[in-house]
This record gives sequence, C-alpha cells and structure tokens, in this order.
Amino acid sequence: MSAGPEDIIMGSLENRRSVGVGVGSNEYGGRRVRAPLTKMRPLEKRPDRPLPSPSDWTFELIEEYHEVIRATAERYGLDTYPNQLEVITAEQMMDAYASVGMPVNYRHWSYGKEFIATERHYKRGQMGLAYEIVINSDPCIAYLMEENTMAMQALVIAHACYGHNSFFKNNYLFRMWTDASSIIDYLVYAKHYVADCEQRHGLDAVEATLDSCHALMNHGVDRYRRPAKLSLAQEQAMRKDREAYAQQQVNDMWRTLPRRPEDEAKAEEKRRFPDEPQENLLYFIEKNAPLLEPWQREIVRIVRKVAQYFYPQRQTQVMNEGWATFWHHKLLNTMYDDGYLSDGMMIEWLKSHTNVVAQPPMAQINPYALGFAMYTDIKRICEQPTDEDREWFPAIAGSDWLPTLDHAMRNFKDESFIAQYLSPKLMRDFRLFSILDDEHQAEYEISAIHDEQGYQHVRQTLSRQYDLSTREPNIQVWNVNLRGDRSLTLRHQQHQDRPLHDNAQEVLKHVARLWGFGVQLESVNVRGDVTKRWSVPAPQH
Amino acid sequence: MTGLQQIIDRRLSGKNKSIGNRERFLRRYRDQIREAVRRAVDKRGIRDMERGEDVHIPKRDLSEPVFNHGEGGIREVVRPGNTEHIKGDRIGKPQGGQGGGGGSQASDSGEGEDDFVFHLSKEEFMQVFFEDLALPNLARTTLAETPEYKTVRAGYVTDGTPTNLHVVRSMRGALGRRIALGMDKRRELSELETRLQTLRQEEDVRRPEIQALIAETEARIVLLRQRIGAIPFLDPIDLRFRNRIKVPQPTTRAVMFCLMDVSGSMDASRKDLAKRFFILLYLFLTRHYEKIEVVFIRHHTQAQEVDEQNFFHATETGGTVVSSALVLMEEIIRARYPAGDWNIYGAQASDGDNWHHDSGRCRELLADKILPLCRYYAYVQVAEAEQNLWEEYAKLEDEVHHFAMRKAVEVAQIYPVFRDLFKKEGAAA
Repeated sequence: MSAGPEDIIMGSLENRRSVGVGVGSNEYGGRRVRAPLTKMRPLEKRPDRPLPSPSDWTFELIEEYHEVIRATAERYGLDTYPNQLEVITAEQMMDAYASVGMPVNYRHWSYGKEFIATERHYKRGQMGLAYEIVINSDPCIAYLMEENTMAMQALVIAHACYGHNSFFKNNYLFRMWTDASSIIDYLVYAKHYVADCEQRHGLDAVEATLDSCHALMNHGVDRYRRPAKLSLAQEQAMRKDREAYAQQQVNDMWRTLPRRPEDEAKAEEKRRFPDEPQENLLYFIEKNAPLLEPWQREIVRIVRKVAQYFYPQRQTQVMNEGWATFWHHKLLNTMYDDGYLSDGMMIEWLKSHTNVVAQPPMAQINPYALGFAMYTDIKRICEQPTDEDREWFPAIAGSDWLPTLDHAMRNFKDESFIAQYLSPKLMRDFRLFSILDDEHQAEYEISAIHDEQGYQHVRQTLSRQYDLSTREPNIQVWNVNLRGDRSLTLRHQQHQDRPLHDNAQEVLKHVARLWGFGVQLESVNVRGDVTKRWSVPAPQH
Repeated sequence: MTGLQQIIDRRLSGKNKSIGNRERFLRRYRDQIREAVRRAVDKRGIRDMERGEDVHIPKRDLSEPVFNHGEGGIREVVRPGNTEHIKGDRIGKPQGGQGGGGGSQASDSGEGEDDFVFHLSKEEFMQVFFEDLALPNLARTTLAETPEYKTVRAGYVTDGTPTNLHVVRSMRGALGRRIALGMDKRRELSELETRLQTLRQEEDVRRPEIQALIAETEARIVLLRQRIGAIPFLDPIDLRFRNRIKVPQPTTRAVMFCLMDVSGSMDASRKDLAKRFFILLYLFLTRHYEKIEVVFIRHHTQAQEVDEQNFFHATETGGTVVSSALVLMEEIIRARYPAGDWNIYGAQASDGDNWHHDSGRCRELLADKILPLCRYYAYVQVAEAEQNLWEEYAKLEDEVHHFAMRKAVEVAQIYPVFRDLFKKEGAAA
C-alpha cells in the first residue's frame, strides 16, 4: 500500500526516542573524549566479494554487517557508546512505542490508550511501525524488529547505532541534561513506587494524581538550571528525608505568623509569594502545595524528572534525525563504494531512505528531510563553496568537512542550528517561504520568500518555529494568596498576542487538584494588560 | 571503540508488557465498556456471543488537556514548496475558522469519526458479560477455557494488513468503480465527438457561428477527457483483504432446546433475562461439544418451532399451556435427535403463568418422557410469584438430580440454575 506523508516511518518517534542515560559526570562540559578526525582514514583492504545479501536476516549476518558498519564509522571518526542490539517483535515494538519509547515505565491508562491506537493503525495497515527505537544509554540499546529484511537491519544499525548513538554521546544538550547512567534505574524505581502507591492508596487516587501531573508535564521543566545528579541508591535514601522535610517546610510556610507592627504587615501584604515568578509549575507545586500527601509529592517529582529527561529531545528533532539520516546514508554509500554491498541491498535501503526524507510541498516540514539536507549542505559548503557560501559562511567555506560537521552536531539545538547553518541554497532548494497570519487581517500575508531580501527573514522565522519557548505558552507561577484563601495565581505571558486554547480551564482543574485550593490564571498581553482570566474554585475535600 | 557488545534476542521475553496499561485503560472507561457490552448482548444472537466488540468512546472523554495556544494572535510559519507566491502576496483565509491549522471539530453525536474506537477482545468481552451475571470464578474458568481453533478463510473484508491484500479482487472493484464513475462522461464524450464530426462536415463550416460551436465542443471534449483521466485508477475504497477467522474445534455434538413462554405477560425485560439464561447454557455447551444445534420453541396455548429472531422478538397474546411446548420438544427429539447420537439439553423460561390444570401434566411429561432423554434440564422463572407450575416442578427437583430450577428477577440470579452443571464440570476438571 502506498504510504501517505504521515507514514514517514522513522518519523513517528521524534518525541519519544532515546531518553536519558549517557555520559559520565566527568565528561560533562569538560574536555572532549577525542578530537574529530580531519580526514577519513583510508580503507585497508577491499573485500574480495560483497557481503551476502539474502532478504532474511540471521544473527551471524547481523554481526557481520555490524562489523563492517562499525569499521566504516570508525574511519570517519564517529565517537559512540558501545552498542547493544536487541531483536524484538512487532508487538514488543508497539509496547515500547506506547510507553514513550522507554523500556520500562510506570503504569498509566494513557499508555494503554496509546498502545490501542498504535495497534489499530498498524493492523489496518495505515501506518508502518518505526523500524527502530534507540535508547540513549551506555551501552546504547537499539531495537531491531524481526520483520525487517537484512537491508533494513543494516539501515537501522547505521542509523541508530552510529547516527543517533554518536549524537547522544556528543550533543551538548544531552551531555548537560540527560542523566545518563541513572535513567533506567530511576524508571524502575518510579515504576515500583507508583505500583506501591496504587496498592496503598488505591488505583483511583494514584491515577488522578498522575493525570494532573501529566497535564502540567510540559511546564514541569527547568529550562536554565541543571538538576543535580543522583544515583538510585541516593535517590531512595534521600526520599524519606525529603518527604519529612518537605512537609515540615510546607507547614512552616503556612504557619500563622505572630503579629507584626502595622507598617511591616502592610509591606508583607504587598509582597508576592514567590518573590520571582517561577516557570517550573510542577516543581513549585511539589515544594509548596499545602495539602499534598508525601506520596503525591513523590509522584509529582517523578513526572517532573521524566519531563526533564525528554526536554533535550524535544529541542533537537531536526538535528538528531538529520544527523542519523546523514550518517546512515554516508556509511552505507561508503560501504557500497568499498565493495561491501550488493546492488539489491542498495536499492532496498535507498527506497526506505527516500520515503524518510520525502518533503511534500506546503506540508509541515519533515525534520528528517530538513536535517539531512542541512548536514549534506554543510558538507557541500566545505567541499565546493560558491561565492555566495563564502559570503554567508566565511568561517566554514572550504574547511575540512568532518570537523565542521562534528562542531555543528555538538554545539547547537534546532533553533540555533538553523539560525547558524541554513544556507540560501537550501532555502531555494526547499522553496521555503514564510506566511504571516495576523488575526486582525482578513488575509494571510507572504512575508518573505527564497530571494535576496527574504533569506534572513525566512531563516529567522524557521529558527523561531523550533524554539520551544515560542511554541509552548509561557505560563508561570505569579502569586499565592498567603493571608487569604490560599489561592494560587498563574500568569500567561502572551507571545505576539497569541491567546491560550480554551482547554486551559480543564488544565486549571488539574492544577487545583494538586494545589488543593482555588486557582486563577491570567493572560497578559505585551502591554501588561490582563486580557482574560480563568478561575477554578477550591476542590471539595 | 568496543564495537558490538552483544545481540540479544528478546522476542520470547516480555510479551504483553503493556497489559497493565491496557487494564488501567479498560478500568477507567468501564462504564462505557459495560454499556457497549450490554448493547451488543441485546443485538447479537445467542450463538454469536463469543467474539470481541468494537467500543466507541467520544474523543473528548479521552482527552488529556495541556496548556496550548489557541487560534488568534500573530503567527508566522515557514512552509516548503512555494512555486507561485512572492513577498507581499495575500491569500484568503479559509472560511469558518481563523488561521490555517483548522483542527477537526469534535462531533457531539458520539458517533462521528472523532470517536476513539478500540476492539474489546473476546476474552475481555466475556469478562464483562460474566461480571454482569455474577458468575463465580470457577464457572468463569470453565466457560473461558478455549478449545482448539482452526483458521479458515471467510470471504473478503474492507480493511486488513497489506499482506492480506487480495489484488485481483481489489483491481476488479477498481475497474467496476472506474466504469461506473466514468459512464456519463464517456457517453457524453462520444456524443460530442459525433457532433464535432458532423459540424466539421457542414458545408458552411467557415461561418463564425459554426466555428464557435466547434470551438465550444472541442473545449468541452478536452474538459471531459480530463475528468475521465482524473478518476483514480485505484482508490482506497477498492481495496479488499482476505479474511480469516478462527473456528473452534471441540469434540462431540449436542442439541439445546430453548423453551419460552411468549404469552402477553412476558414483557421485553423478562425476555431479556431469559435470553441471558439461554446464552449461559449455550456458552457452557460450546465448551464441550463440537457441534451444537439450537431449537427454539415458543408457546402460548400452542407451541411452535421458530427461528431465533421470532423467538425473542415476537409477542403473542392469550393464555398459556406449557405442556404444548414439552410435547413438541419430545416430538422433535424423536424425529430428529435420537438420544443415542445427541446430548440433549433443555432450557425453559417462563413467568410461571400456566393454565392450572396443565401443570400436573407438565411434571409428568418431564419426569416420564423428557428427563430420561436429557443430560440436563434447567428451568428459570423470571417472575417472583410462585404459582402451580412452580409447585409441580419443585416436586421434581428433589427427585431428579439433572433437573434444576430457580427464580430470577435480575441477571445476577441466573447463574445458580447452572450451579450443578458447573460444579460437576469443575470437579471433574
């Protein structure tokens, strides 16, 4: 059956790939494990004949192919974790798929729903499964689906085990945010803890708490501060202390303070709590919600931690997928040139590759297509720069492509990567244009196209399109009415006058459930005027 | 670089890892699911109980809200593939909504495409059904034990996996559709072509009116050709998939007699109760017999053998003579189901009304003629009041061990009628 644009098969996982696990703490921000190669190492000896190319795979064949792919990747100097390949069935793939790509996770109905939806689509043939899932760990775990042909397995190995793997190991966001050695352990702990709570407090209570936390998951992230690293053992040891201490803090905050002199009391009333607005709603609730039970605080914390692990991935879709796609393409082509791959193999994986990087006109931008094109283009700028490239990219035009690409992969996220490297040639190739939709205008306006005047604007707009802080509404904790009804006020700072979706009221109910008292939400425009308010009364206890 | 650490074959481990999540999902929506099962039980025939069911849940009930941007404000997006616009061009916004995204509207009817549809497996369906009937666990395991299955072909269906695609069927359907859709246009095209021919052969072909006519006809022909060309060669609705179903393979054969009073006093809810009673016996039998025939006998003052539809859905008026049904049952056994070849089961449902002189005769018929031929005979009275039929039957209950009777005014009370049946099976197993 033909594949629609949504079937870009490896594309359906961008949000759930590769959580956690990775660098040792000594590596973070520190020296590089090794410098990138400036030139590809030469092939030692051409093989006598290509690798066997039956359509069915065997374990021996996978090892044989992997060895060649590994050797080829090494000649390019790709720096990766060791690989662990796991062969799984389609059903197991759907399992993994449904629980946000994690090999283990706590139980929740929404994952069941996800599984049902995935399974239904798959069974009706409307969607191919992802060929692969990679888990960012050391060793890096990659799933191979048993249904895949040998050519597909080779593609997956090159894509996941060398593309994604090296990205996880080296990109600064992953090095900074994903706590690597502990994520799997942490999830095991989370799963047991949640199951334990279900036993003790009932399925309904746990489900309600998780539902509410999930509603705020995207706003449970520290954007700028890095959380401390803890091992599983420390985590468990600290939990008890934390529970007791947190409760004590909360009690302290709500304690009726002794009367102060009049003037001081007035100043007190004017002061807001917290002093500064706070962006991490879940963190604020965990630390300050007056009525949460200790176990509920722990669940809030678990959801918050998981959200934090996903944060780098949501910011590097184009870069990560582009990098993996670029390298499977490069590695397999090199192997063909070296005489390892047969023509049939090439045709088969190229067909999948072509599907993956297809970019239908006028549709959403396919991160695989854009990322692949950008890395390919950077390589071109290095090797065959035009005058235009020299003007736009004086620093990289004509340089060695391997170190340049390595630098581009390490030090950016989607937003800055596009702002830095999207070339006029690529904008012409993609025929990119930007459309301005102003609610006060009756028509859309084409604000820029791929021409001399438009390049900068298109590039900037596209870069902003990948900026999470403009994609998601900016909502912060504004104030708590400490002396009155204890209600919580959140503030939405509008970006370009974009209003909140109406379901804010529903989300607010979840906030109220966690907070325990009334909750208000104010939407504030650029001029500082409150344009809309929502409020939810205190839940019944 | 350490390279490949290992390849692990996980295919045999960790199957069904998601089952806990599914259970939680089913639990959360158990009300909708029970409702769906109840509706399915009412709709299906009693021989058709054991398959899954599609459950529809409106999407808005499933939504997990998060803070999101709504329509409005100023947005700027970059899209690829511009071939016609230059800077400053203006494009009309689509009607009805502002902005391009245009999310699909949730339907309020609860039946639209926006429903989240999922398939309740056979096991889950039966589980819910049993819960309603308050079946004890032992009985559930007896009923839920699955016999051997054989996969057989069963025609064609409109959805399925690509591997099951039946190319010839699909192409045949596509051909038919193409012919049907293009019929009018091709007819008009051939008319126009003839007309063009005649126009061109006119003597005063140079006259401007004729020229205009020719041009107009030609334009129309081009348009029609395009239209015909635009009919898709293969459309998703053409696709046909091979269908395979599983057929259970148990061991021997049985016949089940369903006897029911359809006189005026049996209203729909009582019949509904009776239906569940029959279903339960039927399910029990399917566990033990390869082939089961079901005979439906309804009676008021006279008995007749009917099909299932008439059995449950036709209402008669008038009095009640229960023995007429027993007589008919015995006749049918003698004629079609010799006791040596068939395991005979009887299930009788009534509201207890009977012509008072008849009840004694019923007992005699049962005791002398029918019970000796039967493996098991169950009677359920779907009303509270004890009348003479109940009293007469009660005399039998103590004497004959394969006769059981109960009163049931709600579904949970049906099971005890079969208690002995299941107990025996349970002990044997």
